[in-house]
Amino acid sequence: MSTSDSAVLPRNGGGLRWLRGQLRNIAPFATLLVLVALFSIASPSFATLDNVANIARQVSVTAIIAVGLTFVILCAEIDLSVASVANAVGIMVAFFTLQDQSVNIANFPLPGAAAIALALLGSVALGAVTAFGVTVIGIPSFIMTLAMLQIGAGICAMLVRGQIAYAVPAPIELLGSGSIGPVPWIVVVAILVLAIGHVVLSYTRFGRYVYMVGGNREAAEYSGVNVKLVLAAVLIISAVCSGIAGMLGVAHFGSAQQDEFDNYLLDAISAVVVGGTSLFGGQGGIGNTVVGLLVLGVLNNGLDHVRIDSFLKILIRGLILLLALVINVYAQRLRAKA
Amino acid sequence: MQSGAPLLELRGISKSFGGVTALSSVDFTLEAGEIHGLVGENGAGKSTLMKIIAGVHTSFEGEMRIAGQPARHRSARSARDAGIGMVHQELSVVPELSVAENVMLGVQPVNRLGLVDWPGMMRRARALLAELGIDVDPRVPIGSLPLGLQQLVEIARVLSSGARIVILDEPTSALSPPEVEVLFGLLRRVRDSGRSIVFISHFLEDVLAICDRVTCFRNGRLIETAPVAAIDKGWIITRMIGAGHEELEAGYTGEIRLDSRPGAPVVLACEAASGPGFREVSLEARAGEVLGIYGSMGAGQLDLARALFGRTALSGGRLSLDGRPLALRNTAAARRAGIAFVPESRRSMLFAQEPVYRNVSISILGRISRLWVKPAVEREIAQRQVESLGIRPPSVQRRLGTLSGGNQQKVALAKWLTHLPRVLVLSEPTRGMDVGAKEEVVRIVRGLREQGIAMLVVSTEPETVLSLADRILVMKRGEVCEEFAGGTVSKDRLLAAA
Repeated sequence: MSTSDSAVLPRNGGGLRWLRGQLRNIAPFATLLVLVALFSIASPSFATLDNVANIARQVSVTAIIAVGLTFVILCAEIDLSVASVANAVGIMVAFFTLQDQSVNIANFPLPGAAAIALALLGSVALGAVTAFGVTVIGIPSFIMTLAMLQIGAGICAMLVRGQIAYAVPAPIELLGSGSIGPVPWIVVVAILVLAIGHVVLSYTRFGRYVYMVGGNREAAEYSGVNVKLVLAAVLIISAVCSGIAGMLGVAHFGSAQQDEFDNYLLDAISAVVVGGTSLFGGQGGIGNTVVGLLVLGVLNNGLDHVRIDSFLKILIRGLILLLALVINVYAQRLRAKA
Repeated sequence: MQSGAPLLELRGISKSFGGVTALSSVDFTLEAGEIHGLVGENGAGKSTLMKIIAGVHTSFEGEMRIAGQPARHRSARSARDAGIGMVHQELSVVPELSVAENVMLGVQPVNRLGLVDWPGMMRRARALLAELGIDVDPRVPIGSLPLGLQQLVEIARVLSSGARIVILDEPTSALSPPEVEVLFGLLRRVRDSGRSIVFISHFLEDVLAICDRVTCFRNGRLIETAPVAAIDKGWIITRMIGAGHEELEAGYTGEIRLDSRPGAPVVLACEAASGPGFREVSLEARAGEVLGIYGSMGAGQLDLARALFGRTALSGGRLSLDGRPLALRNTAAARRAGIAFVPESRRSMLFAQEPVYRNVSISILGRISRLWVKPAVEREIAQRQVESLGIRPPSVQRRLGTLSGGNQQKVALAKWLTHLPRVLVLSEPTRGMDVGAKEEVVRIVRGLREQGIAMLVVSTEPETVLSLADRILVMKRGEVCEEFAGGTVSKDRLLAAA
């Protein structure tokens, strides 16, 4: 699951110790299997190919956000602005696109490529502001990204002024709501972003630095790693991932308006943490995030199939997240002892 | 209370930690109204004795009498109730609270409603500070005061809780000379009021200047107590390091030849550098020479080492490498310039969760890979280091956290040896090591010297500097106060300089 040498055979520690060290990776996977088994038994419509495609589509936007967030959490930081940045960047790309006469927004139509480029630049800029606040000024990421959450919401409000925009550039429209054959483009993009995230984290020097900074920041500093640069980079990566998710999301939902990404902050954090990436940094990875996304996707989708009280569903999701957090902290302790 | 009985009397105190004797049958007396100096090297037993007196250690052999009455503390609290207070080197003030609140911490006066009686607290704090001659406004936050004044306030707090015996641990190490004078004035007034002070310090001049009697400790034994009028610095040093007490110290108490190389090219130079903890330090590290920097705790040499690796910024002065100006914005810049640093704490150097090879390769990752990591290359490089340093077990895949302390230490060193740096700064390289491991470090450092690396060894232990260095700087209160180059040096001269 994770990149941390799960392939290495246990040495004289013995199998049990190895298992305990791997609890972080095993528990989410076991949760996923149990959920799939449960829902398959409970509902005949759950385990169908159509529904698998449904789940994949439902988690795509979360997946793209979660990739960036994985980088941030691996560094033992947090980004609470992801959903807000996604919303703002989604609205930006619509703002730079020619809208229908009926849409009453004082927007600024540009050619599609320019609109996309500007929106992407906007996400980089938002990430850079967060990075500046955290690394140069020294504001804790929790507070800094909380401020950025508000700023993102403000940008959304200013640009659409309570209206709803519908048009986005053609390439975004295609990637967000089109499909190649039976496979929606947004699923392809999500898989691509996950794959790139995995490769960067596992096989590049930068990825190694991310793990080291998260594992022991002081030691990374004393090893001559530019810790601030790494932290700035992960915060910008997170903003760009959110920006991509925001643009595609707007096309996916068919409209750009305020507050339409509100659920995605909790979903993205849940996916990363449920998957087993340590909140204390340094352990986990995209593999874990994929499992976390599937657990969340299966749970959300499966609960629809078994016809549970929709108010109870909210509570159940909260309880699952709590359970994952307990396992996360417990796994940390076991591994520290192992 | 029996008249004539000493304020504090200890008979036959012994204490051991898991088979290691820390104190053996110590007899110690503290008279009412005296300032009693306690000197000895690190680990000589002074701290253990003071912790027994202050109720931190409650299990020990021997008996304690306070003003003639047998006493046995069950806790630090019962020691405090018996009139014993301690001021640690690291002050325990609450910076955000006012001076008055700090003085009255834990003993705040309350009114009938159970609320803090602010006017009463101010009044009492003001009276106490005035009585002790401490000139501060009790309303200002203590964090805004200079360290020297904070310390005086903390002493006032200990006295306000009714202490008759005040133990001061290294009270002068962070003070400037005028602040020391103010402190001494206060201590004399406290003594003249009939209370007693135990003054633990590495600064022998300070001990001689303020104390009435001095007791020397060595290897867990009380060697001798003498009135200060009858002794001098040499007398103390002889008893601290035990002249004639050869055994392990043979190589150190004797004269050590310094093999400095004045002709060797200067690699790293530091000109009037100031920063947090040190002032106006100038030094030159030369190729193939080990420059030792010795100083007692808080003398600034550890801070200097961190600044030379770009961990903290210089507030003044200049650095140069090979004659070219060097600006260290961060540790990454230092690494790129070819400066390597092994900090005093292994934990702040290593990644316990990661395999050994990643710990070794982290600081050379930029050299072996531009974009992609090459684990096979990393493992091969690490394997060579593991073999040449004799790291046990010899597996580079093992999680670092599973290695023993000594082997982790070697991994910390291995990080910097795979690609030889221009300058290697070692902070407390042998702290907490057994004799065998220390010899290994000496062997490794000698080997690196042969390869022309400029090395700095920074330590609070004279033995470490003496066993490794070719040239020695001594630091005191943030400044370089003496240099030993060429000729010979001995431990007593080093201690006398610090």
